[in-house]
Amino acid sequence: MLVAGIKSRPEYKGLDVDAHAKRHLFVLEGEGAQALIDQVGAKGRDFLAKSEILYLAAAAAPKAYDVALSALSPDVFWHAPTLQPLLFRLRACLDLARMGTRLYIAGTEGFIGQIMQVAMEYGIDYHSIHTEHRGSAARRVQCVHCKGITDNVTTSPFACTHCGLPLLVRDHYSRRLGAFQGVNIDAEEPGTAPAPEEMFP
Amino acid sequence: MTITFRNETFRDDFTFRNSLYNIRRFPFPFDRDEYMYSVNMEPHVRGKKDSVFENLIDVDEHYVAEMLDRALVLKEDPLRCQALPHMMAAQWDTLELLMEHQAQDYSEHFTLTKNGDRWRWINRPMGIDDTFTFGDPSTLPYPPMEYITRQAQGDFCIVDQRDNNLWMDAGMVTTQADWSLDFDIGMNFMEWHGPVPLAHQIGVFDRALKFLLNLQQGKPTRRLNWTMTVNPRLDTSPENYHKWGPDRATVTPENVGEKMHLRVELQSLWRLPRSNAILFVIRCYLISFNELVTVPKWGRRLPRVLKSLPPEIVDYKGLTRNRPIMLDWLEKYDDGSPTSPGIFPD
Ligand code: HEM
Repeated sequence: MLVAGIKSRPEYKGLDVDAHAKRHLFVLEGEGAQALIDQVGAKGRDFLAKSEILYLAAAAAPKAYDVALSALSPDVFWHAPTLQPLLFRLRACLDLARMGTRLYIAGTEGFIGQIMQVAMEYGIDYHSIHTEHRGSAARRVQCVHCKGITDNVTTSPFACTHCGLPLLVRDHYSRRLGAFQGVNIDAEEPGTAPAPEEMFP
Repeated sequence: MTITFRNETFRDDFTFRNSLYNIRRFPFPFDRDEYMYSVNMEPHVRGKKDSVFENLIDVDEHYVAEMLDRALVLKEDPLRCQALPHMMAAQWDTLELLMEHQAQDYSEHFTLTKNGDRWRWINRPMGIDDTFTFGDPSTLPYPPMEYITRQAQGDFCIVDQRDNNLWMDAGMVTTQADWSLDFDIGMNFMEWHGPVPLAHQIGVFDRALKFLLNLQQGKPTRRLNWTMTVNPRLDTSPENYHKWGPDRATVTPENVGEKMHLRVELQSLWRLPRSNAILFVIRCYLISFNELVTVPKWGRRLPRVLKSLPPEIVDYKGLTRNRPIMLDWLEKYDDGSPTSPGIFPD
């Protein structure tokens, strides 16, 4: 079974602010804040007046990126306490979004995947979304057996948090589910799973 | 031709067997003594009588038992049959194609009568006689793709064509060689083929995609693909890998002839008329090693092929554990004489 080097694995090409967009919607998590700050360094401040930023601090809370982001004085800055209200607010933004709005996502892969899922529900073509992976390499993984999703997986194998089977984490990725595939590692000889190895720190 | 349908199982007591007639018509996938991935496509046209190519949608003695097995899989896991909302026209295209072919080539078993949009479908082996309005899903007991693929052998994917790519946007997949429709639905051609080793690097998928994007209506194409399965189990899904995986550890030199099965997929691809989607039919055939070596040419060739396989393919097809046992057993049937070109028995 092919584990690594699978072509469904997404590529994150960088935020790369689009000078022609009428409006910019940035959805950022944790270290993803720095991706936007770097764009300001590279491209200047002009786009900020047309920008709305939704930010979830998550694991980067101690770094107080929210202060740095609001100091950029974008048109709108909103700091989400957790993912759920962020998704709720995102839907409201997408309901109101006009033609010419560009969506940007930066943060961990699991976060990018979940924001993409919402965007795709709104009919946004995934090719048009600018993404940048920042922060931990932890993965969001779906157990192919029970279909339960486990967030922030850093090892392979890991125990499915739903059905308990030890799962091998493959590079095979579903955009629709926003998750990598986890497959039982000791199916042929139950009880022989190797010890978890830190693969996605 | 009247087919006598076998009463048999693909799980638990595994009573599946092939008749002598079915062994002779098995689509042996190797036309030479070695194997490597290639763009092995040819026009899907009628072939020899008494071969699986005789009719373009093949129905055989396992039909009824396979449909019962499919119904069991769907009871356990309804996600094996899914269609994205924009695929309704393609679902009707699929229903029409399968009904027309089955009724035309197996008229003793299936009858389709059209009276404008009012269609009557009779499936005698399954005891079905339904009248419905073509184009109106509320007149069928299931959505159209599910309805007809509960009555047609093989797995089915319907791929939508847009942005110069193909998208797996619907399917009925209960007899798969270890891949998940639920995981892959919505992916494009390169993404769902992501897990396949070697073939991307040698350009197989680039050329295959280009070819398919130009597929014409009325000119279906086909290819053979293969793997090995322990026990005649149709449902070797990743979903159930923790249930069938242990079978791989039960193969011994004594039972390999009975337990190990060559699993061949006759894949055909059809451009659909209304939706412009492509129907991908994956018709699965199983044959035990014991049955296979009754054809001397196949018994000679299979060990040669198995020896020549690149390690990446051995690993991908899940053959690593049992290859030595298979080779030891099969090599008894290879007397070293030359084999004739092509897949058919001598
Ligand atoms: C649109 C039609 C097609 C569909 C829906 C389809 C689907 C698939 C799927 C789901 C897999 C399993 C991948 C996995 O391991 O997860 C696969 C494997 C594969 N496909 Fe396709 N495929 C299509 C057409 C083709 C064509 C035209 C070729 C021609 C070269 C091809 C060549 C292969 C090969 C070589 C493999 C690896 C099989 C093995 O070694 O057992 N496919 N395909």
